[in-house]
Amino acid sequence: MKYSPFFTSNSSVSIVMLKVLFALVPGIIAYVWAFGSGILVNLIIGSVVALLAEGSVLQIRKRPVMPFLLDGSALVTAWLLALALPPLAPWWLIVVGMIFAIVIAKHLYGGLGQNPFNPAMIGYAVLLISFPAVMTLWPAPLEITTAKLSFMDQWQYIFSRTLPGNVGMDAMSSATPLDYLKTQLTMNHSMQQIWQAPFFGHWAGKGGEVVAGAYLLGGLYLVQQKIISWHIPTAFLGTLALMAGVFHFVNPAHFASPMLHLFAGASMLCAFFIATDPVSGPTTPNGKLIFAAGIAVLTWLIRTYGGYPDGVAFAVILMNICVPLIDAKTQPRVFGHKV
Amino acid sequence: MNIIAKIFNGNGGVHPPEHKLESTNTPIQLVPVPERLVLPLRQHIGNMPKVLVQAGDNVLKGQLLAEANGTVSAAVHAPTSGTIVAIDEQVIPHPSGLPDMCITLKPDGEERWITHDAVDYRTMDRAELLRRLRQSGIVGLGGATFPTHLKLSPKSSHPVVTLVLNGAECEPFITCDDLLMRERADEIVLGAQIVQSLLGTVECFIGIEDNKPEAAAAMREACTRAGFVAEVGIVPTLYPSGDARQLIRLLTGKEVPAHGRSTDIGIQCFNVATAQSIYRFFAHGETAVSRIVTITGNVARPGNYEALLGTSVDDLLKAAGGDLPDTDGYIMGGPMMGFALPSSAVPMTKAMNCVIASTPGLFPPPAMEMPCIRCAACADVCPVSLQPQDLYWFSKSNNLEKALDYNLMDCIECGCCTYVCPSHIPLVQYYRYAKSESIAQERAQTAADQARIRNDNRLARIEREKQERAQRNALRTAKTETGGDAEKQAAIQAAMERAKEQKEAVVPKNTDNLSPAVQAEIAEIDALRGDAQSTTQTTET
Repeated sequence: MKYSPFFTSNSSVSIVMLKVLFALVPGIIAYVWAFGSGILVNLIIGSVVALLAEGSVLQIRKRPVMPFLLDGSALVTAWLLALALPPLAPWWLIVVGMIFAIVIAKHLYGGLGQNPFNPAMIGYAVLLISFPAVMTLWPAPLEITTAKLSFMDQWQYIFSRTLPGNVGMDAMSSATPLDYLKTQLTMNHSMQQIWQAPFFGHWAGKGGEVVAGAYLLGGLYLVQQKIISWHIPTAFLGTLALMAGVFHFVNPAHFASPMLHLFAGASMLCAFFIATDPVSGPTTPNGKLIFAAGIAVLTWLIRTYGGYPDGVAFAVILMNICVPLIDAKTQPRVFGHKV
Repeated sequence: MNIIAKIFNGNGGVHPPEHKLESTNTPIQLVPVPERLVLPLRQHIGNMPKVLVQAGDNVLKGQLLAEANGTVSAAVHAPTSGTIVAIDEQVIPHPSGLPDMCITLKPDGEERWITHDAVDYRTMDRAELLRRLRQSGIVGLGGATFPTHLKLSPKSSHPVVTLVLNGAECEPFITCDDLLMRERADEIVLGAQIVQSLLGTVECFIGIEDNKPEAAAAMREACTRAGFVAEVGIVPTLYPSGDARQLIRLLTGKEVPAHGRSTDIGIQCFNVATAQSIYRFFAHGETAVSRIVTITGNVARPGNYEALLGTSVDDLLKAAGGDLPDTDGYIMGGPMMGFALPSSAVPMTKAMNCVIASTPGLFPPPAMEMPCIRCAACADVCPVSLQPQDLYWFSKSNNLEKALDYNLMDCIECGCCTYVCPSHIPLVQYYRYAKSESIAQERAQTAADQARIRNDNRLARIEREKQERAQRNALRTAKTETGGDAEKQAAIQAAMERAKEQKEAVVPKNTDNLSPAVQAEIAEIDALRGDAQSTTQTTET
């Protein structure tokens, strides 16, 4: 009780982060329903490693450990990275990615609030560049595969790379829609031919589109709770749909539909959970629109012309670089000032 | 005669717990005349007034004790009859806790008024009217305490056409304006009519937050009774809508320019309590001797109390039944912008609209400060559309130039940003620091600039004198040199003549054809100047 204001609302960083985690739950449930419980193993390993890494670095940096562990930011990074990695990848993949995200991308820049880049996306990009083979080990949607692994089977596979006798690697894994699209388009197959693949659903990949829908649901909850503003999701999804729509309209045989772009890959996760990271993103309303539109354009370009099937991680990192400039150039008009 | 006003949208704002119901259950109560009144001379923005009394003087209620001194200043009057016992430094209700000059009055309990008559503003000469107002001691009672006579005679290139009455009272806990509007709406409206006629405004808006329906109804009825045309605008309960600039935007849709005054856009704004004081002054000749203050928080009988200026906070608390156990301090003003009183012995001033007895339960100690996560929750609630997260960053790193670039000085210190910050950063404190730091730097810079200019001038003067001396010496040598070069002599002669001509040419023409009186005066001044010059010369040599 010393200076005004003498009271504050009861918001806190922990509450903000907990709400983000809570908003991811529908997506996780849909993920388990669509692809099996493997993702849970990823989430568990990721969370444990993230907390251990966060705690040790805080200890080394002589910072209060408990308040920062409880702020929940490390868990948010952990869950986002875990959800972005293939659930069939070996255990060390997420460990390496997580350590990179927390120690290098977050704490070497000063810890909570100081990182210029989205830590989860840095972790993801490092893994994608360093270990491209295991980064494409995606499970087939349960809807179309006979190989169903139990949670323990999954656990065993991740740690020892051994499968139960009756399950083959081919039956269990599958190409992702964006990956498949990319290879097929380079072989000059038309979209109509490509769409015949068994794992395509209504708009995007079977299962994947359900998970994307669940992310959308959780994201809308965050908007409703005012944890994130409408600017980034709207500008990202709108620009992505517009880019894809224009090209798809001109040449539907060669360019994927806007719905595929919105519901495949990490689009929904990016729109509501990744691009909306406040620390590494812009703060002004117009800045958010520009930032998100930039991510959408880059994502579409990388998906369509780049070397990687999905482009969200690189697009976000590239736009993170522009944040100080975007913020500086989009200052809102202050009360009583001329335009 | 009411028109339903359109409310324009503002930016930002927060809605903290209101805590208004505690103090609105009882009517305004009178606080008995206390044993002792302490009247700080500085109860307003501006110069310290000039004291007219001495210790030992007997004074009457309403008697002028200290007169306004300079343009921006306000007078101080005796709140009751009694004896002046001291004029000295005492602790005043100021966040610094530093003492300031005060007049201490021992009341005789008789409440004998000095002769006071109504002031007929319709017939009185304007200069005389403003002179009287200047000595009325009336200042803005909304908290800014700006001398009212200045606001009634604005020097603006723009005609003032709109009057805004501020009854928004947006800070939590405070209800003194609410109760005043409920109980004395007629006096407020009559005051507004007087202001309207003095300023020549043609329209009037009365802004009241929607959590005060009784006050709004009372004001509407009073307007009807007085035949006063005003738009009672019900603004949403959203702090800080009671800030004059915010309220003006809500009611008129116009923004006061950032570095200007509301009169620049033809609007003048008065707090409802100020309007009521203006009425009391013109209708009854009553100067500023009392005010209504909300005593709330951890006290036995929270409510609104009318007390004589100078009554100690202790006496106010006593009137409110005393504070309850657990009280750990007193806040003057609201919890959003108020400050902790240095002591409960301080007197009530014109600025004191509320005293809150605080407890750790009401105002818990702030949680641990976490790093800024740039969530921009602060930017969302900033009523002036600043980017508080950037200002915080610049203030913290002492990058004042950048902070000023990002319009630090436009911050109204409303505290909305601190209120919502999930990282519990005392943002406003950072801005207060950065503001005072940059003001100090600017002052130091100005002082340095002045010193440099003075030094440059001094060096130039020394140089000039040196040259003049050299010239004189040269002349002297030329004169003393008998049989000197004739050509040289002629040149010197010519130069001297030129100088003489020049001197004659620069004689100011406005001194021709003067009356003897003025000529005498000029001669006198010239003599003085001569004296002064010779003095400076002696000091410099």
